[in-house]
This record gives sequence, C-alpha cells and structure tokens, in this order.
Amino acid sequence: MIKFKLNGRDVSVDVPDDTPLLWALRDELDQTGTKFGCGVGQCGACTVHVGGRATRSCITPVSSIEGAEVTTIEGLHPEGKHPVQEAWRDIQVPQCGYCQSGQIMQAASLLKDYPDPTDEQIDGVMGGSLCRCMTYIRIRKAIKKAAAAMREETASNG
Amino acid sequence: MIKRLLAGVVGAGVLGGLGFLYYAWYPPIATIDPPAASSFSAEQIERGRIVAAEGYCAECHTRTDMGGGPELAGDYKMETPFGAIYSSNITPDPEMGIGRWSEEALRRAMRLGVSRKGVHLIPAFPYDHFTKMTDQDISDLYAYLMTRPAVHMARRPNELPFPLSLRIGQAAWKLLFFTPGIYKPDPSHDALWNRGAYLAEGNAHCGACHTPRNFMGAEKKGSMYDGAVVDGWIAPPLNDKNPTPTTWTEDELYQYLRFGVAPLHGPAGGPMSPVPHRFLSQVPEYDVHAIAHYYADVDHAAEREKHDKAALARAMEQSKIDLIGPNVDPDAKLYQGACAACHYNAAPSPVLGRPDLALNNALWLDEPTNLFQVMLRGLTAEEGQSGIAMPSFYNALSDADMARIAAYLRRTRTTLPPWTDLEKKAAEVRETVKTIPVNSSH
Repeated sequence: MIKFKLNGRDVSVDVPDDTPLLWALRDELDQTGTKFGCGVGQCGACTVHVGGRATRSCITPVSSIEGAEVTTIEGLHPEGKHPVQEAWRDIQVPQCGYCQSGQIMQAASLLKDYPDPTDEQIDGVMGGSLCRCMTYIRIRKAIKKAAAAMREETASNG
Repeated sequence: MIKRLLAGVVGAGVLGGLGFLYYAWYPPIATIDPPAASSFSAEQIERGRIVAAEGYCAECHTRTDMGGGPELAGDYKMETPFGAIYSSNITPDPEMGIGRWSEEALRRAMRLGVSRKGVHLIPAFPYDHFTKMTDQDISDLYAYLMTRPAVHMARRPNELPFPLSLRIGQAAWKLLFFTPGIYKPDPSHDALWNRGAYLAEGNAHCGACHTPRNFMGAEKKGSMYDGAVVDGWIAPPLNDKNPTPTTWTEDELYQYLRFGVAPLHGPAGGPMSPVPHRFLSQVPEYDVHAIAHYYADVDHAAEREKHDKAALARAMEQSKIDLIGPNVDPDAKLYQGACAACHYNAAPSPVLGRPDLALNNALWLDEPTNLFQVMLRGLTAEEGQSGIAMPSFYNALSDADMARIAAYLRRTRTTLPPWTDLEKKAAEVRETVKTIPVNSSH
C-alpha cells in the first residue's frame, strides 16, 4: 500500500512499488486528466506536480513519491480557474487538446520559478512539452497572459 | 655456521611470532546481566541517540535486502572486494545482540576493534575512526543502544574466503594500518573547527567512503578525502580536488548535510542520501555547522570562493545552450526532451529544485558513474531535496541514449576533457540497478 497526498487529500494505492505514477493516477484513482503520451519522459503530456514541481508521471515509480504531495490537472484549481487555465480558454490555445493538461501543469510550475518569464525562459522550461498541433505560439501567449494576471492578483492582494 | 644462522633466523621468527601473538591476543571481557533501562538517565539516552545518529549506526546495522530488517538488528549485507560480509546485531538481545556486553566491552570494540569475546573485528566496522571518540560519547552510546528494543535475530555468516576468514589476520592489518587514540584538539583552531574535526574524523567517519582504500582495504593516508568508489557510486573528493565549479562553502555544506540539497551543487543521492535525511537532520544544528565548518577548511573554501561569481555566471550561460531558438543537434534535442524542463536555469542563479547540471559534481567527476546512477534510478521524494522526485529513465533511455546525453553535457556544460567508453559504462551502471521499474508503455 503506497500512500501520498493527491490534490490535497490522503490517498493510498495497492499496486506494485514500481508501477508508474501515471497508471496509479489514471487506473487506480480515476484521475484521467493526465495523459499518456510517449511513455518515456520525452513529450510532457503526463506532467503532474510532485511537491509543486513539474514531474513526468509516466516514468516516476509510484513508490518514489510515497508521502509526497501530488497535484494533477484536476487539482490545480478547484473550479478550473487557475490563471493558466483561464488564459488557455481565453486564447483558445488547444487544437486537439491531448497535450494540454501536461502543458498547463508545466506552465503553472514555470510561473512559480519565473513569475515574469522571458521568451528564453519559456523556451528553456517548456521545450520538453511537445504539441503535435504546433500551437506553440498560442501557448507562449497564454503563459504571458497568465503571468500578467498573476502579477496583477499579487499586486491587488499585496 | 649455516646451522647457527638458520637457528638464529628460526629463533627470531619464533620470537616475532610470539610477539605478534601477544600483540594480537585479547582476553574476553566478562559477560554481564543485561542492564535495566532504568539504570540510564533520560538525558544520557538522548545524548546517546545523537551519538548514534552522528555515527549512522542504523545505516549499516539494519538489514536492507530481503525486504529489510528491524533497526540495529544487523545482517546488513555489505559487498566488499573480498566477499560479502554481514553486520552484527547491536540491539541488547542477550544471545544475538550485545545484551551481555559491559560498557567496557563496547568501549574496547569502538576503540580497538575487538569484540567482547576478544575476536578482532573486520574494519568494515570503522573502528579506525571510532577510536577517536571520547569516553563520554561511548558511554552515552552504550546507554542508547542498551535501551533499544532487543531483537532475537542472527546474521548470515560472512562470505570471506580463507585465509581472510581467519580473524587473526585482522591483527596484522591493524599492525600495518591502525593508529588507536582519542581525538586530540588542534589548538591552532577554534572550538567549532575542533568539534567538526572530532565528528568528521571520528564518529561520522566521512573518510570511510570519501578516502580511497589500498589493496588491503585500508584508507590511503596520503590521499585523505580524494574521493573513492563506494556501492557503485563515486563519493566525491572532500578536499580541494573536488571539481565542482563553485566552492563547497560552509553554507553549501551545511545545507547539503542538514537538508540533503545544496543550492549551488544539487541534491544528495545514492548512499549519501540517508546521511542528511535519516541522521544529520536529527542532531543539534551546531554539530552540523561544525562539520560544514571543518570541511570548508579542508577544501580551502576561503581561497577558492572568490571565483564563484564568475563560475556561476558561466554556468547560467551554459545552462541555456541549445535550448533557445532552433535546435538542430540531435544530442541536444535528446537532452531537451528528457532533462531540460527540470534542469534549465536562468541567471542570476539556479532555482532550488532545478539542480543545475553545469554546477553538479556528476558532470565534473572523472567518470560518469553518478550521472548514470541518477539517470537510471531517479531520486525518490525521500532522497535529495525532500518532497520532490526525479523520474527513473531506466526504461526511457537506452545505454546509447545515456551515452549521448552524457557526452553532450560534458562537452557543453563543463570545460573538462570528454569521458570515454560511455555506452559500456552506462551498461555497467545499469547492471547495478536491481529493482527495475515497470515500463509504462507495456
């Protein structure tokens, strides 16, 4: 039995230790927003947060995150209104949509490290998140819009 | 004449042999009835807990294979170049453990490497370090060990071949390599330094992994802290031979030893990971500061850190190579896909949680061993920086892929000559991974 925190609540899964976290999330815990892309940590579609950091769930054994805090796209914001999600909708980023939960999770993590990201920083961090529909220009635009919204929010709260 | 000469040689040999036997022989120390827990004060037991943590006793005295074992009950399998050996049960069980050992017996074991019965202990038990411990520390340790739960568990027999299995041979080893004696403070240094040196050279036995050993398994005196291979990983140099571009300053060392991650060097992985997480996070801060203070002196941090600013600026430039704009190098693409999302950094300095590879030991050591170990195993949320994890690329990257990434990073993120035979070395490190993760594609 492997225990961890998923989207703020305690969960436990009865799977072999070396099961990929992605499988535990999708098959055991019914969180199917996280997608299987390449299965070898090369495309970013399966990205979730572990301890707040973007992590490729397809190659992370579930035993290795025992006790940690995992956030999936379902838990990023209770109503799906994280600034990145809002920007994603406003700009109509996705085309086929398959990669977007991974893209959004990676982008949300990027904005924690670089709240006002330059193009270089976006390229550096987002370069491992692939989009077969080539929506990269809109992804970049949405990240900047979300960053601006988050800065505004911080300013009005501060 | 020849007869007389022969007789002389034989006589000298016999005398020498007798002398050696006298040197090698230790009497048993009488057994005692296991002391009642009430015979030790709570304060002494607590001090002993700290001594035990600073010596990592539980790390090598607790079984980890076969599904693990009870704490301190021994049977930890240690692979040595001479064969596998298994550690002793140091719980107070009267038959299997040290329940019938007096404090004097423990003191002799720690100081001289001799068991209660008078048998020479194998120096995998680092008594060559513990010999430096004070009477007070050993006495406190005794109180702690004797008040742990007794575990009635035997260890497996050692797999040392004859004649190494003869313990009298250990006496010869001692004659050659062992200098007993309590730590002597160095009056030219302050109390913090001396506390650090006392712990580092003694109880914490850092040199046991970080100093290379000779063919007989003794630490090479002239190569103290030059770094060594241990359990399939490289324990990096702790002196000024450490190759990282930024200095291991007192603060970097403290962060690393206390929390398992140094902002400018990265996380503790492999056999080092338990040192902060299981042990040094559980002892007084002062002691960890002391060890950090001592090693900052050993690696000459004060003279070297003036170069850190430039080294950091260079690393931040290196960190973005090939990640910005069009990227046509296939090796760089592989790196970008597998690694860069987490390892990219921008000036002025790395984000905690984004270990910068241009600053990390793993890229700057003479061999790619640690880089491959981390790529294959990843890091669990308990290792390195707490609460975050690095995935295992065991199923994601072939030996050839790992070799390409290693060669690429060495070429673009360091100023050192290329590594050689990378694919072969990747395969060798892969062999050491016993628990193979499930391939998510299958």
